[in-house]
Amino acid sequence: MGMPASEIEALIKASLPDAQITIEDLAGDNDHFAATVISEAFRGIPRVRQHQLVYAALQGRMGGELHALALQTSAPE
Amino acid sequence: MDNPVFAEIQTHIDSAPVMLFMKGTPMFPQCGFSARVVQILKHTNIPFKSVNVLEDPEIRDGIKEFSNWPTIPQLYVKGEFIGGCDIVTEMYQSGELQSLLSDKGISQDEAA
Repeated sequence: MGMPASEIEALIKASLPDAQITIEDLAGDNDHFAATVISEAFRGIPRVRQHQLVYAALQGRMGGELHALALQTSAPE
Repeated sequence: MDNPVFAEIQTHIDSAPVMLFMKGTPMFPQCGFSARVVQILKHTNIPFKSVNVLEDPEIRDGIKEFSNWPTIPQLYVKGEFIGGCDIVTEMYQSGELQSLLSDKGISQDEAA
């Protein structure tokens, strides 16, 4: 079950190369994560679109092998 | 290309100003994320309807494609997809959810 944080980070980086990513493994089980993603790609677009970009980067793993990823997204200050 | 379940999903969305697709029911949520959104909606005193996706596998799968959103719960206000648990929580904490609801003409008084 689950996938390592490094893999999540690599997938997000692959489609959002400028992203600053912080991932916390909430339960230590490779299955419940909280991620903060900061990228220029998010500037000026609604939160739903921002999260959709991250989900797209995860190529269908979200909701499948990746059960829980709490997401916070924003553009750089 | 159009999934036949989309029409059914749209009918649900149109049936109430605030519609929550969730796992379980508001009384007995069966997932922590669904439970959190229910709690937030109850806190805002907003009347809402819900669909238990665990009772309908076609809706459970279809809604993810419908909204291009991989997880449940999903909240819709006046037909617009607002987000899942993280977004609803963030919007509630910042007060954005409350202003969105009043901007859309959904008042807390209607709950009475």
